Amino acid sequence: MSEVNNYAAPRSLDEAADILRAGNVTILAGGTDVMPQMKAGKLTLQPTLMNIQRIAELRGIAQAGGVVRIGALTTITEILNSALVRERFNALWQACDHFASDQLRNVATIGGNICNASPAGDTLVPLLALDAKVVLAGKPNGALATRAMPLADFFVGPGRTKRAATELVSAVELPLPPAGSVSEFFKFGTRPALDIAMISIGLGAVLDGKTLRNVRVAFGAVAPTPIRAPQTEAALEGKALVDAAIEAAVTAAACDIHPISDFRASDWYRRELVHNILQRMLVHVRDR
Amino acid sequence: MSATVDITFKLNGVERRVAVAAQMSALDMLRDQIGLTGTKYACGEGECGACTIRVDGLTVNSCLMFAVDCDGRDVVTIEGLVTSPIGEALRKSFTKNGAVQCGFCTPGLMVQASHLLEQHPHADRSEIQRGIEGNLCRCTGYKKIVDAIVDAEINAA
Repeated sequence: MSEVNNYAAPRSLDEAADILRAGNVTILAGGTDVMPQMKAGKLTLQPTLMNIQRIAELRGIAQAGGVVRIGALTTITEILNSALVRERFNALWQACDHFASDQLRNVATIGGNICNASPAGDTLVPLLALDAKVVLAGKPNGALATRAMPLADFFVGPGRTKRAATELVSAVELPLPPAGSVSEFFKFGTRPALDIAMISIGLGAVLDGKTLRNVRVAFGAVAPTPIRAPQTEAALEGKALVDAAIEAAVTAAACDIHPISDFRASDWYRRELVHNILQRMLVHVRDR
Repeated sequence: MSATVDITFKLNGVERRVAVAAQMSALDMLRDQIGLTGTKYACGEGECGACTIRVDGLTVNSCLMFAVDCDGRDVVTIEGLVTSPIGEALRKSFTKNGAVQCGFCTPGLMVQASHLLEQHPHADRSEIQRGIEGNLCRCTGYKKIVDAIVDAEINAA
């Protein structure tokens, strides 16, 4: 068991960045991943435990120009209650609707889901399909600075990201999709609640008649990180959603994914799921 | 030496001051330090809902919450709930409908049901099932629990 010898609950991002700069910090937000990982011995708490939940500027959903910013501490319940998310980022709303249980949605944060970097993380797949950027804040030179990077570049491996130990994720930014956009999400598990995805699929595109443009496809639980699917996207880009294009896309998807076999599903089963569910989603988009 | 933190929060309507270890869970604080053992420890990882409490009105798994995070908050446990009108209605309807067998999941289910009924006073059976999806019961098969919540809904109306 690790020893915490300093507890901090900063009230501003500026203060939090100072604490991070001093080093050896475990960041606590909703705690729904920190606590079980700590108990299971997968996470050793650093000497300083920093609870960031009192930092009001990290909460909430705001639109500025063509970008919607979701603060890192925004809970899954708060995202579900957002009419803006429901109307414009339906894939994200769907993922939040299928997220764990009421008790967990009430405390789990989007920033925590991102930083936990699970290959099966529920919000990560729609965020990738919605072309999200992650915003990181820190004090590399003594002054508060932020940097943004595409979420697709952020994940390094299971539980590992490009966040520096002295940084925290302050927000996620989503470009407002143009008119005629589709945004779909599907999670496959054994029960509706409290299940970790066997596979999940996110789809974002502009539907121009029957033709897809600006196609973004993302998969969860089929690689060491949640992934964008460049070959699937290329197979669909600028194509009318006829049977041949859908077949080409699901064939390409098999090349984008690298699933493993574990207690949730075998490699073979995950491949079957991706093939069949992506096909079903594309037919659904075509026929809507 | 592990850090101890002094926190102040409202527990079942009464202001409490407690010194807690920094990495202690809210559940351990409630049960082992304060002595309120109505909130149950079962899975310890947020899968079963037996440890459900309300924090600032919302339901949370107290096994996943750090005790230090209770600082400044309004916490209600099953002990506080049963003295409220909705808690009273749930207590009666759970008893009447035989929704309790071993009883271990009951406090968590009643706390979760209180939140559900406040948010959706006319929830139908499928909305109730969705509302209690984070609470496991290994005895009843849920039918009597849903019956009891429907019944409490009628009596609270």
